[in-house]
Amino acid sequence: MTAQTDEQVDIAAAAAAAARKPGIFRRMGRSQSVIIGAALVGVMLLIAIVAPWLDTIDPAQIDPTYRNRKPGVERMITLPGGEQVRHVYWMGTDSLGRDIYSRVIYGARISMVVGVTVAAISVIVGLFIGLISGYIRWLDGVIMRVMDGLMAIPGILLAIGLVSLWGAGLFTVILAIVVPEIPRVVRLVRSVVLSVREEPYVEAAISVGTPTPLILVRHIMPQTMAPIIVQATFICASAILVEAILSFLGIGIPPETPTWGNIMAEGRVLFRIHPHNIMYPGVFLAVTVLAINMLGDGLRDTLDPRMSKRI
Amino acid sequence: MQPVLDVRDLSIELPRDGDRRHAVEKVSFTVNPGEIVCLVGESGSGKSVIAQAVMGLLPRALRAVNGSIALEGENLLAASEERLRDLRCTRMSMIFQEPMTALNPVMTCGDQIDEVLRTHTKLDNAERRRRIVEMLAQVNMPDPERVYASYPHQLSGGQRQRIMIAMALILEPTLLIADEPTTALDVTTQAQILELIKEIQRARGTGVLFITHDFGVVSEIADRVAVLRLGELVEFGETETLLRRPQHAYTRMLISSVPSMIPHSRPRDPDALVVLRTEGLSKVYGGGTFLRKGHAVRAAENVDIEIRRGEVLGIVGESGSGKSTVARCIARLIDPTGGRIYLGQDEFAGLSARQLRRHRHRIQIVFQDPYRSLNPRRTVGDSIIEGPMNFGIGRAEALQRARALMDLVRLDPNSLDRYPHQFSGGQRQRICIARALAMEPELLIADEAVSALDVSVQAQVLRLLDDIREKLKLAMLFITHDLRVAAQVCDTVAVMERGRVVEYGGVQEIFSNPSHEYTRALLAAAPGKDWDFGAFEAA
Repeated sequence: MTAQTDEQVDIAAAAAAAARKPGIFRRMGRSQSVIIGAALVGVMLLIAIVAPWLDTIDPAQIDPTYRNRKPGVERMITLPGGEQVRHVYWMGTDSLGRDIYSRVIYGARISMVVGVTVAAISVIVGLFIGLISGYIRWLDGVIMRVMDGLMAIPGILLAIGLVSLWGAGLFTVILAIVVPEIPRVVRLVRSVVLSVREEPYVEAAISVGTPTPLILVRHIMPQTMAPIIVQATFICASAILVEAILSFLGIGIPPETPTWGNIMAEGRVLFRIHPHNIMYPGVFLAVTVLAINMLGDGLRDTLDPRMSKRI
Repeated sequence: MQPVLDVRDLSIELPRDGDRRHAVEKVSFTVNPGEIVCLVGESGSGKSVIAQAVMGLLPRALRAVNGSIALEGENLLAASEERLRDLRCTRMSMIFQEPMTALNPVMTCGDQIDEVLRTHTKLDNAERRRRIVEMLAQVNMPDPERVYASYPHQLSGGQRQRIMIAMALILEPTLLIADEPTTALDVTTQAQILELIKEIQRARGTGVLFITHDFGVVSEIADRVAVLRLGELVEFGETETLLRRPQHAYTRMLISSVPSMIPHSRPRDPDALVVLRTEGLSKVYGGGTFLRKGHAVRAAENVDIEIRRGEVLGIVGESGSGKSTVARCIARLIDPTGGRIYLGQDEFAGLSARQLRRHRHRIQIVFQDPYRSLNPRRTVGDSIIEGPMNFGIGRAEALQRARALMDLVRLDPNSLDRYPHQFSGGQRQRICIARALAMEPELLIADEAVSALDVSVQAQVLRLLDDIREKLKLAMLFITHDLRVAAQVCDTVAVMERGRVVEYGGVQEIFSNPSHEYTRALLAAAPGKDWDFGAFEAA
C-alpha cells in the first residue's frame, strides 16, 4: 500500500476533528445558567443606564411632610421645572420622605459601577503581576509573599482605615475592595502560567528566539483568559455585596448617594414597622448577585469543563 | 473445544456526533483456552473499545447494537450488572497500560490484591495472605513479604505492572485481557513482562486477549492475530502466516511500515564539516544549596558527541537515561552545569541570554507530542512565521517562505490559515518540522519526534526527515527509545545509561557488534528482533 491511503486517512481524521469542535458561543448558548444569568445581568445594566426614564424622580429629594409611606401611594408632585405631575410611590418613602423606588433604581448604577470597576482593575493588575510571578522564577517568591500579606488584610478594616484617611467615597470603596481581590487573581493566573510554561509550544517559541514579553502575551496570556473571565464574574458579584455591606455599616458611599447598602442602612431603624425599606433593595441585591454568580458558573462549565468537575 | 471468548458480529455504535457511525463494526473472533490472541491496530481502530465491551466497562455514550460476546458460552451483553461484577476477576480480568494510575496510591499493594480476595472468596486472613505472597512470588517479585507492605510509588513501573498481573490472575480467571500492558514500560522491562505473561498463561491455560499496536510484541507473544482498521476486522489468522503472507493490503502496509532492525548503510563523507561537538557536557539537578543539603541527580555526565553536516546522530536509551536532557542542554532550553557545546566555531554553552537569542535560529527542535507543540490558539501559519519574524523578516516574505515549507513537508500551502486542531497528529508533526526549518537551522534536534505516531504515519515522517536531511544537508540529533527507528535513521549512535554515554560509534558496528553489556541487553530485549517485517513470502 502506498502513502496515498494514509494521507487520505489523515485528512479524514482531520476533517472529523474539525467537525467535532463546536464553537464556544454555541456551547455557551446551550447552557441554561449562562442564558438566565446573562439575561438578568443585562436587565440590571439596562435599568442602571436608563434610570432617569423609568418614571423616577430625584432620589435625593427630601420631603419631611411625606415620610414613611406604604408602597403604592400616589400624589401630585412638582418637578424641578415647575411642572405638576402625578407620581406613584411604588415602594413607598423612607424616613426622610425620599422615593424608595427611585433610590433603588439609581442605586443599581453605583452597584454596577463598583462591580465592573473592581473586576476590571483587579483582573488587569492581577493578570500583570501573575504573569510575571509565574514566568520569572526568581521574582516569584518575593511577589507571592507580598500577595500573602495583602490577602491577610481584612477588607472592612482596610475600608475603615482608608475612610479615616481620605473620607468616604466611591474611590475609597473601590480601592478597599480591589486590594484583597488582587492576590486571588494573581494566584489563579500564576497557577495557569506555571502549567502552560512547560508546554512544548512555549519551548518552541523560546527556541525560535521570541522575546520573553512576547511569549507571555502571545502564548501564555490567552490560556489564562477562560479562568480569568470566570473569576471576574465572581469578583464582580462579591464587590457588589461588599459595597452594600460597607455602605450599610456607614463606611462606604456617603448616605445622600442612593446605593442599595445605604437604603438598607437607612431603613434598618424602622425595619419592624416598614420592612419594605430593606426588602426592595435587598431583593435587587440578591437577584443581581445570584445572576452574576449563575453567569460565572455557566461560563466556567463552558469555557473550562475541567474546572466544573472539581467542585 | 469451547473457546474461552467468542465474539460474534459485534457492532458498537458511536454517539451521533462521532467521526464515524460505529466504533466497532461486525467484528468476530475467538480466544481458545491457553491461547494468546493479539488485537492489532492503529489509534482509533477500536481495539480498546472491544476490551471494554468484553469487561462490561463501555462508557455510557457507547452501545453494543449487534452481535454477541460469549465468555465460556455465557452471553456477556445480556448479563446484568451484578452478574458482570461477579465475573470480573473470577473468570475474566484486565490489566491496563498505565500501572501507576491503575493502582490506588494510598493502599499497600498487598491490601489491593487482598481486596479482590475479600470480595470474591470466603477465605480467612491467614489463608488470603498466604495466597497473595505465593502469587507475588509467581510474578517474580523479589521479597514478596516486603512488596506486600509496599505502596505503589515505592515500586518501579515494571514491578507495578507485575502487581497488576498478580491481582488479575489471583482468582485464576479463564480470560485475561491485556490492554497495551507494556507500552508505558522500557524495552528491557517490556521483555520481562511479556515473558511473564507467556509463562503464567502457559502454566494455567488462561486465554489471553492482548491488545497492542506493536508488531514486534505481536511476533513475540501471539498465537493468533486480529488486525483492526477503523473498527473493522480486516484479517484474522495464525501469527506466522499473517506476518509472512498477509492477505489484506492494509495488513501488508502496516507490517511493512515497521522499521527493520537491520541498520541501513549510507556512505559517510569523512571530510564533512563538524556542525556540533560537545565536550564533557553535564547537567546536575539539585545538590542542595548553601543552607540545605540535597541529593544531586546527575542527569547527564561528561557527554562527548559530534555531528557532521548531513549526518544523523542517534541517542538511544531507556527512560531516565538522560537522552532528552542532553538534547535540551544542546538546544539551551535548560542550562548545562558543565562542559562545552561547540556549534561550528562558536561556543554555545556559555552564551548569555541576550547573546543566545541572536543564535537561537541555528539549533531547532521538534518535540514528541504533536498535540502540545503547537499553540492551539494560533494558526499554523502564524506559528511557522513567528521565528523568521523575530529575526526581522517581513510578514509577507515570511509567509511566502512558509508556503514553500508547507510544500516541502507535503502539506497543502493553502492551509496556513487553519488551526492545529484541524490537523491530524502526523500532519501536526510535519508542521512542527516546517516551523523548525523556517529558521534555516544548522542542527535539527528531533526529541522522540516520531514516538507518539502510529507506525504508518511514523514511516511517512521518517521518510520526510530523511528527504529533508538529504536535500538541505542538515545535521540531525535524533533522540529515540526505539532501536528500530534508530537503525533506519542514524549514521552514528550514542547509547546512554543513567546519564552516561556507554557506547558510541557507527550504527552498523553498534547493531552488529555491540561491545557494552547494556547495549547488548537493549538489543536482546527489542521485541520481534528476529523478524524482518515486510519481507513477505509469496502466497
